[in-house]
Amino acid sequence: MILAAEDIHLYYGDAQALDGVSIEVRAKEIVAIVGANGAGKSSLIRTIAGIERPRQGRIRFKGTDITGWPSHKVCDLGIGQVAEGRQIFPTLTVDENLEVGAYLPRGRAAKAEARERVYAMFPRLAERRSQYAGTMSGGEQQMLAIGRCLMGQPELIMFDEPSLGLAPTIVQEVFRVIERLNADGATIILVEQNVAVSLALAQHAYVLENGRITLKGTGKELLANDQVRQAYMGL
Amino acid sequence: MDTVTIINALVSGLLTGLVYGLSALGLSVIFGVIRIVNFAHGELMVLGMFLALLLFRWLGLDPLWSVPIGAALLFLVGYALQHFVVRRVAYLPDHMQFLLLAGIAIMLVSACLVAFGPDAQGVQLDYALDSFALGSLIIDKVRLYAALAAIAVASALLLFFKYSPTGRAIRACADNHLGAKVVGLNVDRLYALTFGIGAACIGAAGCIILLLVQVHPYLAPPYTLLAFIVVIIGGMGSLFGALLGGILIGVAEELASIVGEPSLKTAFSFALLIVVLLLRPQGLLGRAVR
Repeated sequence: MILAAEDIHLYYGDAQALDGVSIEVRAKEIVAIVGANGAGKSSLIRTIAGIERPRQGRIRFKGTDITGWPSHKVCDLGIGQVAEGRQIFPTLTVDENLEVGAYLPRGRAAKAEARERVYAMFPRLAERRSQYAGTMSGGEQQMLAIGRCLMGQPELIMFDEPSLGLAPTIVQEVFRVIERLNADGATIILVEQNVAVSLALAQHAYVLENGRITLKGTGKELLANDQVRQAYMGL
Repeated sequence: MDTVTIINALVSGLLTGLVYGLSALGLSVIFGVIRIVNFAHGELMVLGMFLALLLFRWLGLDPLWSVPIGAALLFLVGYALQHFVVRRVAYLPDHMQFLLLAGIAIMLVSACLVAFGPDAQGVQLDYALDSFALGSLIIDKVRLYAALAAIAVASALLLFFKYSPTGRAIRACADNHLGAKVVGLNVDRLYALTFGIGAACIGAAGCIILLLVQVHPYLAPPYTLLAFIVVIIGGMGSLFGALLGGILIGVAEELASIVGEPSLKTAFSFALLIVVLLLRPQGLLGRAVR
Protein backbone atom coordinates (compact mmCIF):
# COMPACT_ATOMS: atom_id res chain seq x y z
CA MET A 1 0.00 0.00 0.00
CA ILE A 2 1.62 3.26 -1.07
CA LEU A 3 -1.24 5.52 0.06
CA ALA A 4 -4.03 4.97 2.53
CA ALA A 5 -6.59 7.61 3.48
CA GLU A 6 -8.82 6.54 6.35
CA ASP A 7 -12.10 8.06 7.41
CA ILE A 8 -11.44 11.55 6.04
CA HIS A 9 -13.87 14.27 7.12
CA LEU A 10 -13.43 17.64 5.48
CA TYR A 11 -15.44 20.82 6.04
CA TYR A 12 -15.46 24.18 4.28
CA GLY A 13 -16.75 26.32 7.12
CA ASP A 14 -19.93 24.49 8.15
CA ALA A 15 -20.40 22.71 4.84
CA GLN A 16 -19.22 19.14 4.86
CA ALA A 17 -17.32 18.13 1.72
CA LEU A 18 -16.03 14.69 2.72
CA ASP A 19 -17.85 12.38 5.12
CA GLY A 20 -15.68 9.49 6.22
CA VAL A 21 -13.90 8.75 2.96
CA SER A 22 -11.35 5.91 2.92
CA ILE A 23 -9.30 4.89 -0.10
CA GLU A 24 -6.31 2.64 -0.61
CA VAL A 25 -3.80 2.84 -3.42
CA ARG A 26 -1.25 0.13 -4.18
CA ALA A 27 2.09 1.02 -5.71
CA LYS A 28 2.18 1.24 -9.53
CA GLU A 29 -1.62 1.04 -9.81
CA ILE A 30 -4.05 3.36 -11.49
CA VAL A 31 -6.93 4.13 -9.14
CA ALA A 32 -9.94 5.96 -10.54
CA ILE A 33 -12.30 8.10 -8.49
CA VAL A 34 -15.57 8.86 -10.25
CA GLY A 35 -18.62 10.78 -9.21
CA ALA A 36 -20.84 13.72 -10.09
CA ASN A 37 -19.82 17.37 -9.86
CA GLY A 38 -19.59 18.44 -6.26
CA ALA A 39 -19.34 14.88 -4.95
CA GLY A 40 -16.02 15.74 -3.29
CA LYS A 41 -13.48 14.31 -5.75
CA SER A 42 -11.37 17.45 -5.94
CA SER A 43 -11.71 17.93 -2.19
CA LEU A 44 -10.25 14.48 -1.65
CA ILE A 45 -7.31 15.23 -3.96
CA ARG A 46 -6.68 18.57 -2.26
CA THR A 47 -6.82 16.98 1.17
CA ILE A 48 -4.27 14.33 0.22
CA ALA A 49 -2.09 17.08 -1.30
CA GLY A 50 -2.14 19.02 1.97
CA ILE A 51 -3.94 22.03 0.50
CA GLU A 52 -7.00 21.33 2.68
CA ARG A 53 -6.77 20.10 6.25
CA PRO A 54 -9.21 17.35 7.27
CA ARG A 55 -11.14 17.72 10.50
CA GLN A 56 -10.83 14.00 11.14
CA GLY A 57 -9.06 11.02 9.61
CA ARG A 58 -5.58 9.76 8.77
CA ILE A 59 -3.53 9.88 5.60
CA ARG A 60 -0.51 7.61 5.27
CA PHE A 61 1.97 7.67 2.40
CA LYS A 62 4.68 4.99 2.22
CA GLY A 63 4.26 4.34 5.93
CA THR A 64 4.55 8.00 6.96
CA ASP A 65 1.59 9.70 8.58
CA ILE A 66 1.17 12.88 6.53
CA THR A 67 -2.15 14.01 8.01
CA GLY A 68 -2.19 17.79 8.29
CA TRP A 69 1.18 18.24 6.59
CA PRO A 70 1.50 21.43 4.53
CA SER A 71 1.49 20.97 0.74
CA HIS A 72 5.19 21.71 0.28
CA LYS A 73 6.17 18.86 2.59
CA VAL A 74 3.69 16.48 1.00
CA CYS A 75 5.05 17.31 -2.46
CA ASP A 76 8.62 16.85 -1.33
CA LEU A 77 7.75 13.36 -0.13
CA GLY A 78 6.73 12.41 -3.67
CA ILE A 79 3.03 13.17 -4.11
CA GLY A 80 2.54 15.23 -7.25
CA GLN A 81 -0.63 16.75 -8.60
CA VAL A 82 -2.01 17.84 -11.95
CA ALA A 83 -4.78 20.08 -10.71
CA GLU A 84 -8.18 20.82 -12.13
CA GLY A 85 -8.03 23.80 -14.48
CA ARG A 86 -4.31 23.12 -15.02
CA GLN A 87 -3.18 25.95 -12.70
CA ILE A 88 -0.11 26.84 -14.73
CA PHE A 89 1.71 30.17 -14.31
CA PRO A 90 0.47 32.27 -17.26
CA THR A 91 3.06 35.08 -17.19
CA LEU A 92 6.00 32.72 -16.77
CA THR A 93 7.51 31.06 -19.83
CA VAL A 94 7.12 27.33 -20.44
CA ASP A 95 10.69 26.79 -19.31
CA GLU A 96 10.16 28.86 -16.15
CA ASN A 97 7.02 26.89 -15.34
CA LEU A 98 9.07 23.70 -15.46
CA GLU A 99 11.82 25.29 -13.36
CA VAL A 100 9.34 26.19 -10.65
CA GLY A 101 8.09 22.58 -10.74
CA ALA A 102 11.59 21.54 -9.67
CA TYR A 103 11.94 24.11 -6.88
CA LEU A 104 11.68 21.66 -3.98
CA PRO A 105 14.81 19.71 -2.94
CA ARG A 106 13.33 16.48 -4.32
CA GLY A 107 13.06 17.94 -7.83
CA ARG A 108 16.12 20.18 -7.77
CA ALA A 109 18.65 17.34 -7.76
CA ALA A 110 17.54 15.83 -11.06
CA LYS A 111 16.31 18.99 -12.75
CA ALA A 112 18.28 18.77 -15.99
CA GLU A 113 17.35 15.14 -16.74
CA ALA A 114 13.74 15.75 -15.79
CA ARG A 115 13.55 18.67 -18.19
CA GLU A 116 14.99 16.56 -21.02
CA ARG A 117 12.46 13.86 -20.24
CA VAL A 118 9.54 16.31 -20.30
CA TYR A 119 10.67 17.91 -23.56
CA ALA A 120 11.14 14.48 -25.13
CA MET A 121 7.66 13.46 -24.01
CA PHE A 122 6.05 16.71 -25.19
CA PRO A 123 7.92 18.08 -28.22
CA ARG A 124 5.35 20.88 -28.48
CA LEU A 125 6.58 22.24 -25.17
CA ALA A 126 10.18 22.15 -26.33
CA GLU A 127 9.20 24.22 -29.39
CA ARG A 128 7.52 26.75 -27.14
CA ARG A 129 9.94 26.81 -24.26
CA SER A 130 10.39 30.61 -24.25
CA GLN A 131 6.73 31.38 -24.85
CA TYR A 132 4.50 32.70 -22.06
CA ALA A 133 2.46 29.77 -20.80
CA GLY A 134 -0.77 31.80 -20.78
CA THR A 135 -0.61 32.26 -24.55
CA MET A 136 -0.76 28.52 -25.29
CA SER A 137 -3.79 26.42 -26.18
CA GLY A 138 -5.67 24.45 -23.52
CA GLY A 139 -4.13 21.17 -24.66
CA GLU A 140 -0.61 22.58 -24.55
CA GLN A 141 -1.29 24.02 -21.10
CA GLN A 142 -2.42 20.59 -19.93
CA MET A 143 0.82 19.07 -21.24
CA LEU A 144 2.70 21.80 -19.40
CA ALA A 145 0.81 21.08 -16.18
CA ILE A 146 1.77 17.41 -16.49
CA GLY A 147 5.37 18.27 -17.35
CA ARG A 148 5.61 20.70 -14.44
CA CYS A 149 4.35 17.99 -12.11
CA LEU A 150 6.95 15.51 -13.43
CA MET A 151 9.72 18.02 -12.67
CA GLY A 152 9.07 17.36 -8.97
CA GLN A 153 9.90 13.62 -9.35
CA PRO A 154 6.58 12.37 -7.96
CA GLU A 155 6.01 8.69 -7.14
CA LEU A 156 2.27 9.20 -6.89
CA ILE A 157 0.57 11.52 -9.38
CA MET A 158 -2.98 12.73 -8.79
CA PHE A 159 -4.81 13.87 -11.92
CA ASP A 160 -7.87 16.02 -11.34
CA GLU A 161 -10.11 16.21 -14.41
CA PRO A 162 -7.21 16.20 -16.89
CA SER A 163 -9.50 15.97 -19.94
CA LEU A 164 -11.87 18.76 -18.96
CA GLY A 165 -12.42 21.28 -21.75
CA LEU A 166 -10.02 19.66 -24.21
CA ALA A 167 -10.60 18.60 -27.82
CA PRO A 168 -11.18 14.84 -28.30
CA THR A 169 -7.82 14.17 -29.98
CA ILE A 170 -6.02 15.92 -27.11
CA VAL A 171 -8.06 13.95 -24.59
CA GLN A 172 -6.80 10.72 -26.16
CA GLU A 173 -3.25 11.97 -25.93
CA VAL A 174 -3.68 12.86 -22.24
CA PHE A 175 -4.89 9.33 -21.49
CA ARG A 176 -1.97 7.85 -23.47
CA VAL A 177 0.41 9.97 -21.39
CA ILE A 178 -1.19 8.77 -18.16
CA GLU A 179 -0.85 5.13 -19.25
CA ARG A 180 2.75 5.69 -20.20
CA LEU A 181 3.64 7.37 -16.90
CA ASN A 182 2.05 4.41 -15.15
CA ALA A 183 4.03 1.98 -17.30
CA ASP A 184 7.18 3.92 -16.36
CA GLY A 185 6.47 3.17 -12.70
CA ALA A 186 4.30 6.03 -11.41
CA THR A 187 1.29 5.34 -9.21
CA ILE A 188 -1.77 7.24 -10.43
CA ILE A 189 -4.94 8.56 -8.88
CA LEU A 190 -7.28 9.63 -11.64
CA VAL A 191 -10.33 11.80 -11.06
CA GLU A 192 -12.31 12.04 -14.27
CA GLN A 193 -15.67 13.02 -15.65
CA ASN A 194 -14.90 10.65 -18.51
CA VAL A 195 -16.03 7.64 -16.48
CA ALA A 196 -15.86 4.93 -19.13
CA VAL A 197 -12.28 5.66 -20.12
CA SER A 198 -10.99 6.09 -16.59
CA LEU A 199 -12.61 2.85 -15.36
CA ALA A 200 -11.14 1.00 -18.33
CA LEU A 201 -7.66 2.29 -17.41
CA ALA A 202 -7.93 1.70 -13.66
CA GLN A 203 -7.10 -1.41 -11.69
CA HIS A 204 -9.24 -0.19 -8.80
CA ALA A 205 -11.94 2.45 -8.61
CA TYR A 206 -14.18 4.26 -6.17
CA VAL A 207 -17.53 5.97 -6.68
CA LEU A 208 -17.92 9.13 -4.60
CA GLU A 209 -21.41 10.55 -3.92
CA ASN A 210 -22.13 13.51 -1.66
CA GLY A 211 -18.81 13.17 0.11
CA ARG A 212 -19.08 9.39 0.70
CA ILE A 213 -17.69 6.34 -1.04
CA THR A 214 -20.76 4.43 -2.23
CA LEU A 215 -19.12 1.77 -4.38
CA LYS A 216 -15.67 0.34 -4.82
CA GLY A 217 -14.11 -2.46 -6.78
CA THR A 218 -11.83 -3.19 -9.67
CA GLY A 219 -12.17 -0.99 -12.73
CA LYS A 220 -13.77 -3.89 -14.62
CA GLU A 221 -16.32 -4.55 -11.88
CA LEU A 222 -17.49 -0.96 -11.79
CA LEU A 223 -17.51 -0.77 -15.56
CA ALA A 224 -19.96 -3.69 -15.55
CA ASN A 225 -22.03 -2.32 -12.66
CA ASP A 226 -25.55 -1.31 -13.75
CA GLN A 227 -25.77 1.51 -11.25
CA VAL A 228 -22.54 3.04 -12.52
CA ARG A 229 -23.54 2.56 -16.14
CA GLN A 230 -26.86 4.29 -15.57
CA ALA A 231 -25.69 7.14 -13.40
CA TYR A 232 -22.42 8.07 -15.08
CA MET A 233 -22.36 6.62 -18.55
CA GLY A 234 -25.96 7.20 -19.59
CA LEU A 235 -26.47 3.55 -20.54
CA MET B 1 13.20 80.74 -18.52
CA ASP B 2 16.02 79.39 -20.65
CA THR B 3 16.61 75.91 -22.01
CA VAL B 4 19.61 75.29 -19.77
CA THR B 5 17.54 75.76 -16.63
CA ILE B 6 14.92 73.37 -17.94
CA ILE B 7 17.46 70.72 -18.94
CA ASN B 8 19.18 71.02 -15.58
CA ALA B 9 15.83 70.55 -13.87
CA LEU B 10 15.03 67.55 -16.06
CA VAL B 11 18.32 65.85 -15.24
CA SER B 12 18.04 66.62 -11.57
CA GLY B 13 14.46 65.35 -11.53
CA LEU B 14 15.47 62.19 -13.36
CA LEU B 15 18.18 61.44 -10.81
CA THR B 16 15.97 62.08 -7.78
CA GLY B 17 13.16 60.20 -9.49
CA LEU B 18 15.26 57.05 -9.67
CA VAL B 19 15.45 57.04 -5.87
CA TYR B 20 11.66 57.53 -5.68
CA GLY B 21 11.39 54.68 -8.16
CA LEU B 22 13.47 52.37 -5.99
CA SER B 23 11.31 53.14 -2.99
CA ALA B 24 8.13 52.57 -5.01
CA LEU B 25 9.59 49.30 -6.27
CA GLY B 26 9.37 48.08 -2.69
CA LEU B 27 5.68 48.95 -2.52
CA SER B 28 5.03 47.42 -5.92
CA VAL B 29 6.76 44.12 -5.15
CA ILE B 30 4.75 43.68 -1.95
CA PHE B 31 1.47 44.57 -3.61
CA GLY B 32 2.15 42.60 -6.77
CA VAL B 33 2.82 39.36 -4.93
CA ILE B 34 1.02 39.44 -1.59
CA ARG B 35 -1.79 41.74 -2.79
CA ILE B 36 -1.50 43.85 0.32
CA VAL B 37 -1.13 47.62 0.19
CA ASN B 38 1.66 48.51 2.57
CA PHE B 39 0.36 51.56 4.39
CA ALA B 40 3.52 51.59 6.53
CA HIS B 41 5.66 52.20 3.42
CA GLY B 42 6.90 55.70 4.23
CA GLU B 43 7.51 54.67 7.84
CA LEU B 44 9.82 51.86 6.74
CA MET B 45 11.63 54.34 4.52
CA VAL B 46 12.07 56.75 7.42
CA LEU B 47 13.44 53.86 9.51
CA GLY B 48 16.06 53.38 6.80
CA MET B 49 16.86 57.10 6.87
CA PHE B 50 17.28 57.17 10.64
CA LEU B 51 19.45 54.08 10.50
CA ALA B 52 21.75 55.73 7.96
CA LEU B 53 21.77 58.86 10.13
CA LEU B 54 22.86 56.89 13.21
CA LEU B 55 25.56 55.04 11.28
CA PHE B 56 26.81 58.38 9.98
CA ARG B 57 26.90 59.88 13.47
CA TRP B 58 28.44 56.89 15.22
CA LEU B 59 30.85 55.62 12.61
CA GLY B 60 31.05 58.47 10.13
CA LEU B 61 29.67 56.08 7.53
CA ASP B 62 28.57 57.63 4.22
CA PRO B 63 24.83 56.82 3.76
CA LEU B 64 25.74 55.05 0.51
CA TRP B 65 27.75 52.51 2.50
CA SER B 66 24.78 52.11 4.84
CA VAL B 67 22.68 50.82 1.94
CA PRO B 68 23.55 47.12 2.40
CA ILE B 69 23.09 47.40 6.17
CA GLY B 70 19.80 49.26 5.83
CA ALA B 71 18.57 46.78 3.25
CA ALA B 72 19.51 43.78 5.42
CA LEU B 73 17.92 45.21 8.55
CA LEU B 74 14.72 46.26 6.82
CA PHE B 75 14.59 42.83 5.18
CA LEU B 76 14.38 41.34 8.66
CA VAL B 77 11.74 43.88 9.69
CA GLY B 78 9.65 43.14 6.58
CA TYR B 79 10.01 39.39 6.95
CA ALA B 80 8.94 39.53 10.58
CA LEU B 81 6.05 41.89 9.78
CA GLN B 82 4.63 39.46 7.22
CA HIS B 83 5.39 36.31 9.20
CA PHE B 84 4.12 37.39 12.61
CA VAL B 85 1.51 40.01 11.80
CA VAL B 86 0.19 40.49 8.27
CA ARG B 87 -0.12 36.75 7.55
CA ARG B 88 -2.52 36.36 10.44
CA VAL B 89 -5.00 38.85 9.01
CA ALA B 90 -4.83 37.58 5.42
CA TYR B 91 -8.34 36.11 5.73
CA LEU B 92 -9.85 39.47 6.71
CA PRO B 93 -11.36 41.89 4.19
CA ASP B 94 -8.94 44.34 2.55
CA HIS B 95 -9.90 47.40 4.57
CA MET B 96 -9.19 45.56 7.84
CA GLN B 97 -5.70 44.70 6.59
CA PHE B 98 -5.17 48.36 5.65
CA LEU B 99 -6.18 49.43 9.15
CA LEU B 100 -3.65 47.06 10.67
CA LEU B 101 -0.81 48.45 8.55
CA ALA B 102 -1.94 52.04 9.12
CA GLY B 103 -1.83 51.26 12.85
CA ILE B 104 1.68 49.90 12.56
CA ALA B 105 2.59 53.08 10.65
CA ILE B 106 1.36 55.27 13.51
CA MET B 107 3.33 53.19 16.02
CA LEU B 108 6.50 53.53 13.97
CA VAL B 109 6.16 57.31 13.63
CA SER B 110 5.57 57.66 17.36
CA ALA B 111 8.55 55.44 18.16
CA CYS B 112 10.75 57.57 15.90
CA LEU B 113 9.46 60.71 17.61
CA VAL B 114 10.39 59.29 21.01
CA ALA B 115 13.78 58.12 19.83
CA PHE B 116 14.87 61.00 17.59
CA GLY B 117 12.60 63.98 18.32
CA PRO B 118 10.60 65.98 15.79
CA ASP B 119 13.43 68.05 14.28
CA ALA B 120 14.80 67.61 10.79
CA GLN B 121 18.29 66.13 10.83
CA GLY B 122 20.66 65.42 7.99
CA VAL B 123 24.18 64.35 7.17
CA GLN B 124 27.03 66.70 6.27
CA LEU B 125 29.16 65.16 3.55
CA ASP B 126 32.34 66.77 2.30
CA TYR B 127 31.23 66.32 -1.30
CA ALA B 128 27.73 67.63 -0.63
CA LEU B 129 28.19 70.77 -2.67
CA ASP B 130 30.40 69.33 -5.43
CA SER B 131 29.05 69.00 -8.90
CA PHE B 132 30.07 67.81 -12.33
CA ALA B 133 29.81 70.30 -15.16
CA LEU B 134 29.09 69.04 -18.67
CA GLY B 135 29.12 72.21 -20.68
CA SER B 136 26.37 74.29 -19.16
CA LEU B 137 24.75 71.23 -17.62
CA ILE B 138 25.45 70.98 -13.90
CA ILE B 139 24.96 67.68 -12.10
CA ASP B 140 25.11 67.51 -8.31
CA LYS B 141 27.53 64.85 -7.16
CA VAL B 142 25.24 63.59 -4.39
CA ARG B 143 22.29 63.34 -6.72
CA LEU B 144 24.29 61.39 -9.28
CA TYR B 145 25.66 59.01 -6.65
CA ALA B 146 22.18 58.55 -5.20
CA ALA B 147 20.78 57.72 -8.64
CA LEU B 148 23.59 55.26 -9.39
CA ALA B 149 23.04 53.51 -6.07
CA ALA B 150 19.30 53.31 -6.78
CA ILE B 151 19.99 51.82 -10.22
CA ALA B 152 22.35 49.26 -8.70
CA VAL B 153 19.82 48.10 -6.10
CA ALA B 154 16.94 48.07 -8.60
CA SER B 155 19.01 46.06 -11.10
CA ALA B 156 19.90 43.53 -8.43
CA LEU B 157 16.21 43.17 -7.63
CA LEU B 158 15.16 42.76 -11.26
CA LEU B 159 17.90 40.18 -11.88
CA PHE B 160 16.85 38.30 -8.76
CA PHE B 161 13.25 38.06 -9.95
CA LYS B 162 14.21 37.17 -13.50
CA TYR B 163 16.88 34.54 -12.95
CA SER B 164 17.05 33.14 -9.42
CA PRO B 165 14.98 30.04 -8.54
CA THR B 166 13.46 31.80 -5.54
CA GLY B 167 12.69 34.90 -7.62
CA ARG B 168 10.92 32.70 -10.15
CA ALA B 169 9.03 30.92 -7.39
CA ILE B 170 7.86 34.28 -6.01
CA ARG B 171 6.64 35.30 -9.47
CA ALA B 172 4.84 31.98 -9.69
CA CYS B 173 3.04 32.71 -6.39
CA ALA B 174 1.99 36.11 -7.72
CA ASP B 175 0.80 34.52 -10.95
CA ASN B 176 -1.31 31.70 -9.53
CA HIS B 177 -1.67 31.20 -5.80
CA LEU B 178 -3.35 27.79 -6.08
CA GLY B 179 -0.90 26.72 -8.77
CA ALA B 180 1.95 27.55 -6.41
CA LYS B 181 0.48 25.25 -3.76
CA VAL B 182 -0.11 22.54 -6.34
CA VAL B 183 3.61 22.36 -7.16
CA GLY B 184 4.45 22.45 -3.47
CA LEU B 185 5.80 25.97 -3.07
CA ASN B 186 5.83 27.11 0.55
CA VAL B 187 3.68 30.13 -0.14
CA ASP B 188 3.77 31.50 3.41
CA ARG B 189 7.56 31.51 3.45
CA LEU B 190 7.80 33.02 -0.03
CA TYR B 191 5.36 35.77 0.99
CA ALA B 192 7.49 36.58 4.04
CA LEU B 193 10.58 36.67 1.80
CA THR B 194 8.72 38.97 -0.59
CA PHE B 195 7.74 41.40 2.15
CA GLY B 196 11.35 41.26 3.34
CA ILE B 197 12.69 41.97 -0.14
CA GLY B 198 10.22 44.82 -0.66
CA ALA B 199 11.17 46.30 2.71
CA ALA B 200 14.88 45.91 1.85
CA CYS B 201 14.30 48.05 -1.27
CA ILE B 202 12.52 50.64 0.84
CA GLY B 203 15.32 50.59 3.42
CA ALA B 204 17.95 50.99 0.70
CA ALA B 205 15.98 53.89 -0.77
CA GLY B 206 15.79 55.45 2.71
CA CYS B 207 19.57 55.28 3.17
CA ILE B 208 20.13 56.74 -0.30
CA ILE B 209 17.63 59.56 -0.01
CA LEU B 210 19.30 60.76 3.19
CA LEU B 211 21.94 62.17 0.83
CA LEU B 212 19.32 64.55 -0.56
CA VAL B 213 16.81 65.12 2.20
CA GLN B 214 16.85 65.74 5.95
CA VAL B 215 14.94 63.21 7.98
CA HIS B 216 12.19 63.71 10.56
CA PRO B 217 9.42 61.33 11.68
CA TYR B 218 6.61 63.22 9.95
CA LEU B 219 8.29 62.67 6.60
CA ALA B 220 6.77 59.18 6.62
CA PRO B 221 3.14 59.83 5.57
CA PRO B 222 4.11 62.05 2.61
CA TYR B 223 6.52 59.34 1.45
CA THR B 224 3.77 56.75 1.64
CA LEU B 225 1.59 58.99 -0.48
CA LEU B 226 4.42 59.68 -2.92
CA ALA B 227 5.07 55.98 -3.40
CA PHE B 228 1.35 55.35 -4.00
CA ILE B 229 1.31 58.02 -6.69
CA VAL B 230 4.44 56.62 -8.31
CA VAL B 231 3.11 53.07 -8.33
CA ILE B 232 -0.32 54.04 -9.63
CA ILE B 233 1.23 56.11 -12.43
CA GLY B 234 3.62 53.32 -13.36
CA GLY B 235 1.08 50.53 -13.01
CA MET B 236 0.37 48.44 -9.90
CA GLY B 237 2.61 45.39 -9.76
CA SER B 238 4.84 46.41 -12.68
CA LEU B 239 8.47 46.73 -11.60
CA PHE B 240 9.62 48.80 -14.56
CA GLY B 241 6.45 50.83 -14.13
CA ALA B 242 7.52 51.78 -10.60
CA LEU B 243 10.88 53.04 -11.87
CA LEU B 244 9.25 54.94 -14.73
CA GLY B 245 6.66 56.45 -12.40
CA GLY B 246 9.43 57.51 -10.03
CA ILE B 247 11.31 59.28 -12.80
CA LEU B 248 8.16 61.07 -13.99
CA ILE B 249 7.34 62.28 -10.49
CA GLY B 250 10.94 63.38 -9.91
CA VAL B 251 10.90 65.37 -13.13
CA ALA B 252 7.44 66.82 -12.44
CA GLU B 253 8.56 68.02 -9.01
CA GLU B 254 11.69 69.68 -10.39
CA LEU B 255 9.75 71.37 -13.18
CA ALA B 256 7.22 72.59 -10.63
CA SER B 257 9.95 74.20 -8.61
CA ILE B 258 11.33 76.18 -11.54
CA VAL B 259 7.95 77.09 -13.03
CA GLY B 260 6.39 78.35 -9.83
CA GLU B 261 6.62 77.88 -6.14
CA PRO B 262 8.57 74.84 -4.86
CA SER B 263 5.57 74.12 -2.67
CA LEU B 264 3.59 73.52 -5.84
CA LYS B 265 5.43 70.29 -6.49
CA THR B 266 2.89 68.06 -4.79
CA ALA B 267 0.17 69.68 -6.88
CA PHE B 268 2.16 68.79 -10.00
CA SER B 269 2.51 65.18 -8.87
CA PHE B 270 -1.21 64.86 -8.25
CA ALA B 271 -2.01 66.56 -11.56
CA LEU B 272 0.15 63.96 -13.29
CA LEU B 273 -1.66 61.23 -11.35
CA ILE B 274 -5.06 62.55 -12.45
CA VAL B 275 -3.98 62.74 -16.10
CA VAL B 276 -2.71 59.14 -16.02
CA LEU B 277 -5.86 57.91 -14.29
CA LEU B 278 -8.00 59.60 -16.94
CA LEU B 279 -6.04 58.35 -19.93
CA ARG B 280 -4.72 55.00 -18.72
CA PRO B 281 -6.32 53.89 -15.47
CA GLN B 282 -4.20 50.73 -15.21
CA GLY B 283 -1.02 52.86 -15.13
CA LEU B 284 1.56 53.38 -17.85
CA LEU B 285 3.01 49.87 -17.79
CA GLY B 286 0.22 48.14 -15.88
CA ARG B 287 -1.94 45.37 -17.27
CA ALA B 288 -5.66 46.00 -17.45
CA VAL B 289 -7.55 43.86 -14.95
CA ARG B 290 -9.38 41.11 -16.79
